[in-house]
Amino acid sequence: MRARRLASVASLLLAAALPAGGRADGPRPGPPRTLTVFAAASLTRAFGQLADSLRQRMPGLVVTFNFAGSQQLALQIEQGAAADAFASADARWMAEIEAHGLVDGAPRIFAHNRLVVVTPAAAPIARLADLARPGLKLVLAADAVPVGRYARQALASLGRMAGFPADFGPRALANVVSEEENVKAVLAKVQLGEADAGIVYVSDVTPEAARDVRRLDIPDAANVIADYPVAVLRGAREPEAARAFVALLLSASGRGVLRANGLVAPAGE
Amino acid sequence: MPARSRRRGRWWAIGVAVAVGALLALLGLPLASLVIRVPPGVLWARLLTPASLAALRLSLVTSVLSTLAVVALGLPAAYVLATRPFRGRRVLEVLVELPMVLPPTVAGIGLLLAFGRAGLAGRVLGWFGLSIPFTTLAVVLAQLFVSCPFFIAAATAGLREVDGRYADAAATLRADPGHAFRRVLLPLALPSVVAGAAMSWARALGEFGATIMFAGNLPGRTQTLPLAVYMGLQTDLESAVALSVLLLILSFTVLLGLRLAHRTPRVPWLGRAAGGGR
Repeated sequence: MRARRLASVASLLLAAALPAGGRADGPRPGPPRTLTVFAAASLTRAFGQLADSLRQRMPGLVVTFNFAGSQQLALQIEQGAAADAFASADARWMAEIEAHGLVDGAPRIFAHNRLVVVTPAAAPIARLADLARPGLKLVLAADAVPVGRYARQALASLGRMAGFPADFGPRALANVVSEEENVKAVLAKVQLGEADAGIVYVSDVTPEAARDVRRLDIPDAANVIADYPVAVLRGAREPEAARAFVALLLSASGRGVLRANGLVAPAGE
Repeated sequence: MPARSRRRGRWWAIGVAVAVGALLALLGLPLASLVIRVPPGVLWARLLTPASLAALRLSLVTSVLSTLAVVALGLPAAYVLATRPFRGRRVLEVLVELPMVLPPTVAGIGLLLAFGRAGLAGRVLGWFGLSIPFTTLAVVLAQLFVSCPFFIAAATAGLREVDGRYADAAATLRADPGHAFRRVLLPLALPSVVAGAAMSWARALGEFGATIMFAGNLPGRTQTLPLAVYMGLQTDLESAVALSVLLLILSFTVLLGLRLAHRTPRVPWLGRAAGGGR
């Protein structure tokens, strides 16, 4: 973690220090340009890596992210936050800011994500059916957060599957001890061992997180596949860099990074 | 000469007026904007929903409980800090003040690591089948942690201001220390103690970061007013604003009531000597 941050700081310093004349299409010398991307919390790791490769392509560019729940980001954008691009964890919040006339062009779906149950490695639950066991501490994201809504849908679908009691959904929901405000907060409660289980995206179970938690896969029939749309925002201060970032997301190398981080990238263009 | 000093006086007055005006605008505008954003009719409708009332009830219950605990545990600490010079007192004072400047989220993580299931104290509690996170008790503990410095600072200052001769007089009358504290020291310092308790209550009422970290967010059990405001913000701006206004009115009323009561501190049996506090 620390080494990576150091490396990215170093590359940033290097990019700022190097003369811009090295490349024909390099930027004119001047004040550093800053691309600001608002992105769903579940994209934290993947976007951090993509930023490194964007900086290599556009030397001198500073990339900053605001990672939070999509619903919160949408609200901030509506209230006039200065953002160049928005990557949401579901179509609903992208549609919301589109309805406010804040999107430049049409949003593009750049990735899909799947849900997974996480449970503390130190005291894991054995099977999905245990989620309905009385007294179990289950943590979900709040209903307004995309992953929270999907998780509730998945629990309801599991209740209709063979091997699960019919009242599985309501019983599992009765075990919810906290409705968190974003997906990383759900994961943190499980990592700390305070919750017996939580529902997050597959992409959230990073190698670092995997040290503390164990995964229980949700069968395809009950899993909810989330669509991730991205768009350049109207009034962006760095539209050119924002479009470059979206293009990178949709490119083969971008899809590679997304896949490496547990996201499902759409098949070729 | 007098003309020049009068001119200087005028500039001084203008400077002060500008600074005060700027501060009032900075503090007042956001608060006023909240109040005028939602019309009163809508405000009532949003406040009288079961979810809002549950958050209000939980906030009142937990903040009163945590304030009682703060007074019960903080008063002895304030007494020691105010009356007993001992080695390491400064360090203890800073330690007690620390939660005031700590980001509440840090307080929440600390509480989890101490009283969580895997925490130092939490593991011991676990042997008895007790688990604190995600309970209303966790809300109270989080409030206790962040609000106690406000009480201890005020109470210590109040107790320290009491003239030592009263305690000496009590001692010559053979009053034991406990008796002297109850009958002499505490009544004299009462205005400061009450002010500290009220500040601590107001801080507990507004507590957010440590609560969501340590107690989580579940309507009816751990979702206090500030948490309800935050979650409301994500779906329904108007109900979030309505709850904010309610919080504002509650805090304003208590703090104002305190100021008004404070003007005439009265401890009848001590007559005029009771002007302690400030």
